[in-house]
Amino acid sequence: MKKVMVHITLKAGVLDPQGKAIQRSLHALGYTEVEEARVGKMIELQMEEGPQLETRITEMCDKLLANPVIENYQFTIEEDVRS
Amino acid sequence: MKFAVVTFPGSNCDKDMYEAVKNILKADADLLWYEHANLENYDAILLPGGFSYGDYLRTGAIAATSKVMQQVKQHAAQGKPVLGVCNGFQILTESGLLPGALLRNKKLSFMCHQETLTVENSQTIFTTAYTKGETIQLPIAHGEGNYYCDEITLQELTENQQIVFTYQNNPNGSVANIAGIVNKQGNVLGMMPHPERAVEQLLGSADGLRLFQSLIHNWRETYVANA
Repeated sequence: MKKVMVHITLKAGVLDPQGKAIQRSLHALGYTEVEEARVGKMIELQMEEGPQLETRITEMCDKLLANPVIENYQFTIEEDVRS
Repeated sequence: MKFAVVTFPGSNCDKDMYEAVKNILKADADLLWYEHANLENYDAILLPGGFSYGDYLRTGAIAATSKVMQQVKQHAAQGKPVLGVCNGFQILTESGLLPGALLRNKKLSFMCHQETLTVENSQTIFTTAYTKGETIQLPIAHGEGNYYCDEITLQELTENQQIVFTYQNNPNGSVANIAGIVNKQGNVLGMMPHPERAVEQLLGSADGLRLFQSLIHNWRETYVANA
């Protein structure tokens, strides 16, 4: 078994009102050094090892997990220690 | 002209859409559960608003992968009309039938009120009963209606006259005040405001009625006349 971590982030230039609200709240807590906050997503997949693992994960990202119009993604593959 | 209103798990404007078409316009319409829907014998497909699949992952993303959307794509490829309102618009962008994406409203809040729109294109099959530049009143009800596309796409939308409705007082941060767009072929319309909630004066506005009337009129003119 593999553990795949897909990190999805908003593309530069795409407005992130959630990130803006987080930044303002951090400022309110006194962390005024925070210049920008942007919110992304992390999706964890447990997967069977297969011959085209990376290709298939890329397909999954392009077809569903990320929206290429607004988001970028990266993923890492590690041994699933639970298996 | 026969309408199909497709209900997904979490759709909540499906009955409004159905009532508008069936009882106000007196058109032939069916409310179809997405799983068993066979769209073959329908002339127009209406994707209603709501929160399909709880807006999980991204609004409209899960519904866009459903089998019924394959049928919607085939239907659209044949040049037949498809209208997506609110969550329906989000499903259309997620499935690639319309360009761009719908993001969280600029001020983060869910907004539910009447908006003044400008009709930018009155030459589409959905808008011939309006005049270009006319202002109309339609309600909005969304948390993620902030239309986004890159500059190249926006230029294409503008050049091809794909921008159909714009907000007069942009409520959500949409690029170029966009409230509704059509695809390049002009047979797929997506819009955040709800025309089905503005089909009689009792509801506060009857300005949405002409959208459906345009569709029925143009269907008769082009498809039935050529059949």
